[in-house]
Amino acid sequence: MTSTDYDPACLPDLLPLYYRRLFPFSQYYRWLNYGGVQKNYFQHREFSFTLKDDIYVRYQSFSTQGELEKEMQKMNPYKIDIGAVYSHRPNQHNTVKSGTFQALEKELVFDIDMTDYDDVRSCCSAANICNKCWTLMTIAIHILDRALREDFGFHHLLWVYSGRRGVHCWVCDEAARKLSVAARSAVAEYLSLVKGNVKKGQYFEKEIMLQYCYPRLDVNVSKGVNHLLKSPFSVHPKTGRISVPIDLKQLDKFDPFDVPTISLICEELDRPRVGEEDEQVDSKEKGSDMDTMERRRIRDYKRTSLAKYVKILDQFLDGVAQSHKGELLKRSDLQKDF
Amino acid sequence: MQFGSRQRKLIANPQTELYRHCLQFYAQPPLENISLTEFETFAVERLKLLKTVENLGVSYVKSSDQYTNKLDSEFSNLHFPYKTEVDDKKPHIGPSEYEKRRKDHISHFILRLAYCQTEDLRRWFIQQEVDLFRYRFNCLNSKSKTQFLHHNNLHYDTVSLEEKKVLSEKLINSSYAGSACKVEEQDFYKVPFQDALDLVRTRKVYLKAGYVYIPHQDIVIIVLNDFRTRLSKALALTARSLPTVLSDERLQPLLSHLSHAYVGQDYSIQKSVGKISLEQIDLLAGKSFPLCMRQLHQSLRETHHLRHGGRMQYGLFLKGIGLTLEQALQFWRSEFTKGKVDMDKFDKAYAYSIRHMFGKEGKRTDYTPYSCMKVILSNPPSQGDHHGCPFRHSDAELLKQKLQSYKVSPSGIAQILDLVKGMHYQLACQKYFELTHNIEDSGFSLNHPNQYFLESQKLLGGGREVKREVDPPQRGPDAAVKQPPNPQALAEMTEDLDAYFQDG
Repeated sequence: MTSTDYDPACLPDLLPLYYRRLFPFSQYYRWLNYGGVQKNYFQHREFSFTLKDDIYVRYQSFSTQGELEKEMQKMNPYKIDIGAVYSHRPNQHNTVKSGTFQALEKELVFDIDMTDYDDVRSCCSAANICNKCWTLMTIAIHILDRALREDFGFHHLLWVYSGRRGVHCWVCDEAARKLSVAARSAVAEYLSLVKGNVKKGQYFEKEIMLQYCYPRLDVNVSKGVNHLLKSPFSVHPKTGRISVPIDLKQLDKFDPFDVPTISLICEELDRPRVGEEDEQVDSKEKGSDMDTMERRRIRDYKRTSLAKYVKILDQFLDGVAQSHKGELLKRSDLQKDF
Repeated sequence: MQFGSRQRKLIANPQTELYRHCLQFYAQPPLENISLTEFETFAVERLKLLKTVENLGVSYVKSSDQYTNKLDSEFSNLHFPYKTEVDDKKPHIGPSEYEKRRKDHISHFILRLAYCQTEDLRRWFIQQEVDLFRYRFNCLNSKSKTQFLHHNNLHYDTVSLEEKKVLSEKLINSSYAGSACKVEEQDFYKVPFQDALDLVRTRKVYLKAGYVYIPHQDIVIIVLNDFRTRLSKALALTARSLPTVLSDERLQPLLSHLSHAYVGQDYSIQKSVGKISLEQIDLLAGKSFPLCMRQLHQSLRETHHLRHGGRMQYGLFLKGIGLTLEQALQFWRSEFTKGKVDMDKFDKAYAYSIRHMFGKEGKRTDYTPYSCMKVILSNPPSQGDHHGCPFRHSDAELLKQKLQSYKVSPSGIAQILDLVKGMHYQLACQKYFELTHNIEDSGFSLNHPNQYFLESQKLLGGGREVKREVDPPQRGPDAAVKQPPNPQALAEMTEDLDAYFQDG
């Protein structure tokens, strides 16, 4: 009972609920703030929203987590994209002297789309997927993940299911965020071995494997520093599925059809979960400065199928935080900030 | 704090520290005071060097022997540093190694000022400086190369022996020069992948944990990229501070002209005055005139008239080959009066401007014959004009016909048209010279129509004493190379260039 009952027409009713009670704002902020190491990193980040009736607004930016929450709860976006960290607050870009408003940093991103495999899968085509052809995606993720870690030395990779037919990889290392357009392009080209259109003919076994399984990337997604990409935990308007992080340790067990839809998790909100509610209060909530709203929200998503995916994000962020500890100490020492 | 007198001495000589190596990245601008003369001389000499680099780069493969030999000799002629072995303590003629390095340093920064202003200028400058740098880096021996890298904070570490052993198979497979013994023998450098993007993109190199493993012999590629990037950034910065620099009246004219400057002889020194007779001109036009002047002469003979642009270009050229004022007046008068102009009208309307050309009227500026650069860049011809550079201004079909009528071979014409397509107009003219004189290599770098004439006369062994008089600037180390453009020529250039740019 995961994808049944989703009706796109219900989105206007489901979204407010989602953004008020389920969207993991604190984890989201924790991610994009990157430990507060660089000043204004969150404040200079561009977000774009797709609203009802396909209204698209760019250059949204926020001063605090609270401001982000308020705005999203007010606008109830159908889709959220994350852009670059700019030289100035994106929502003030019109006031900046022309030519000086520039995209400075962004995660290195990759987009693998199942439709690029149409020539080697006979079970489905276009926007459709099934567990058979999803295997190709699993293999592609393994390969790309390994290449990014072993060849390029990247450590902090966030893999996210797009909600329909593909996955995104967000490389969050500091070095990756600082890459130039030329560097991103070079990395993408290095990783692009197979473009599709498998020719019929004699091939050795390894060649066949390569042709079928090697990741097929859309290089343009990776090249631009200012490219906007669908945000994790955004909803896919057509399928209703949430763009959830993928646990690479459990990659082979990942089933796209198991990913919760917005209608499911909203439904789960109303269903009382037996016995779990009281026991789940963990150390994060006890004795911290969290307000009631947030505490309630944590209890809320934990009652739903979204819980395990937020946990994946948490674990990812713990890893990233380790690498920041050293940085922050260094900087506070320099500034004599005790 | 007390500094010992020894330390004070060391601090007093920061420049020798700066010039520890014959090659540099030009990271720090020069800090001393220099005279305007030195400013001008240095700039002009570097410009000559860069133009040579450009010409040789088009004519020869950049790593070929001819290229290196020719560039070698140009370096010696112009006294720029390029090899490390010179021992300052040995007595030798000419500027010391330190002086050469100082000139190299200062001249580079002056030319930055002149070439930062537009995208085209920047691109040209960067291209020549990169080629120059590549040439000089490749001249260094292995030890000097490593020294240079470390001296410039390119702390690319060499791969330890143990790591090399572990990775040996990968390294052999990655490098196209690779064989087992080569990997063992030479050093490999670990370079962050961001500094070697071209190698990463094309998978030409072994990549591990964000580092590429580059054999010593290929490290120049990395260094060049670094040099190019630094220079590009520096030029952008320079452009921003340029208005302040240009407000200095002493510098503004020189800098404005450097980017368009002709830097050779000005051919106003008429050592050949009176050696040409008017009857010879028709013959000379066919044999020794560059195409532009041959065309103008032919037009004049056929229509008995030339418009102002043509009169200036051709008239000054004739002055340059040795016509006196009287001869010039006679020449133009006899031709024009064959046409629609009568004697009186000639004396009233045209004689004045001819005398003006010879500096006998008005402010008495003795105008200099136009260089190729000037002919190509200023005052493009319109309908009914015959001046300009035919390689630049005639369309390909017309040019082809003209060359055919002058009996140039079809293969020769094809070569010329190729050069024209690549916008190498002076090289095209040089090729025309070679074809019409039946030689393989002209032996000079064409910059000036009068130079064409003199070289031709020299080759043909005739032209009376004309050829003996003037030494072309490109030959031999004893040639009078240090001829900064005289102030008059500069002033004249200002006028015409300003007018050109005003016309938009």
